[in-house]
Amino acid sequence: MIRIQTPLTKEIVEQLKCGDQVLLTGTLYTSRDAGHKRMIEQIKNNQPLPFPIQESILYYVGPAPAREGEVIGSAGPTTSYRMDEFTPTLLELGLTGMIGKGNRNQDVVDSMIKNKAIYFGAVGGAAALLANCIKKSEVIAYEDLGPEALRKLYVEDFPVTVVIDSKGDNLYKIAKEKYVRK
Amino acid sequence: MHNAMHHSDLRIIELSEVTAKVKSMILSANYNLGEDIKAKLNDAIKTEESETGINILNQLLENAQIAANKKMPICQDTGIAVFFLEIGEDIHFHNDLAIEKMQPLQSGIEQAINEGVRQGYTDGYLRKSIVKDPFDRVNTGDNTPAVIHYNIVPGRQLKIYFSPKGIGSENMSRIYMLKPSEGMEGVKRVVLETIEAAGPNPCPPIIVGVGVGGSFEKAAILAKKSLLRPINQTSEDEAIARLERDILNAANDLGIGPQGFGGRTTALSVNILTYPTHIAGLPVAVNMSCHATRHAEIVI
Repeated sequence: MIRIQTPLTKEIVEQLKCGDQVLLTGTLYTSRDAGHKRMIEQIKNNQPLPFPIQESILYYVGPAPAREGEVIGSAGPTTSYRMDEFTPTLLELGLTGMIGKGNRNQDVVDSMIKNKAIYFGAVGGAAALLANCIKKSEVIAYEDLGPEALRKLYVEDFPVTVVIDSKGDNLYKIAKEKYVRK
Repeated sequence: MHNAMHHSDLRIIELSEVTAKVKSMILSANYNLGEDIKAKLNDAIKTEESETGINILNQLLENAQIAANKKMPICQDTGIAVFFLEIGEDIHFHNDLAIEKMQPLQSGIEQAINEGVRQGYTDGYLRKSIVKDPFDRVNTGDNTPAVIHYNIVPGRQLKIYFSPKGIGSENMSRIYMLKPSEGMEGVKRVVLETIEAAGPNPCPPIIVGVGVGGSFEKAAILAKKSLLRPINQTSEDEAIARLERDILNAANDLGIGPQGFGGRTTALSVNILTYPTHIAGLPVAVNMSCHATRHAEIVI
């Protein structure tokens, strides 16, 4: 198990290999479908993004609402491929990490290799368990998008697995080949 | 005179009772993972060969425990609210709802269900995931409207099945219009093709709902309905039960494993429902679902 503190620098990125189990501590920003669309529009219009993107990690999640006295509701990853069309633009601007679940397309992988970034998988469906690792949550933009608002999270020992590393090696492919019975 | 006689035979159900029961089933389905699914996860831990896989299966069980204890949803995607209603034909719904703006073009029962959804998702701290228009995509803010399937059945009872369906797995679903000659082998081929193409996306271990027969839309509805069946049961038809087992074993040979990180546990169950169909057709719908295949049922 590897412990990592944000920001996710290029030096850390280059040391991570697909299959590594990682505990993340520090700041994550949340965004998914509608939030990504809006960020890309802002970039096109030369407006500043509502969060500091360099060496940052985006978590693809739309959390459930928090009960009274709780930081956040259940908060597991959403499927990542829907963000693929927006992702290379964000990687070009210095994003170094993404947390989600499921496959990414080749454009994303190529851009991850070029810009040195990591794609982490969190356990889809372990949403209440993951919420326990989120210690602070604050909506910092796009509040009108409800569950898709842009949040700043502070997490402690948030468990993720390196799915695609900065060389483009992909855990999904390697692991499936190991266990397939033909 | 004739009307009055008939009326006296009808059972009156107050719509406020429907709303209250719908609300309570929404909460229980979202907070509590089914005992059948927990048992299968425990079984899978014994047969899984991947250490990572075992670790993930344990996390899913631990997650279910936390969710039940803290009354948190098992998954943040608390779904699109899908209902199957079996309405006894001798029932009359009496509208005693105190809804501010009744919709003149919606039946009372439809509004009663949607009011239950509104209250359940709001008071239960569940995520509101529904957008009013597929293109404008503005969130309705209360997870309405539900998707409701109505069936009229004999008798005086109202049976309501509820399933909050997450879209991560729903997006991986497919429909095929096979040739009759392709038969069970064809069904097996396309179900496995769907599972393989979905890979890690629908949060394996998955539960696979399959509808075979009927028409294009009937197959899809059957596939969804098959997901309501507890996964410790099989089809009552022996040949179909064999097909379910056969596809399940083949799915678990694909190597995808929990979360797609490799292993033996790709699927927990394959549930198949069939229906009579056309001489020239073999529709097959594959409705993908994750381990959090949540459902509840009540009888009024």
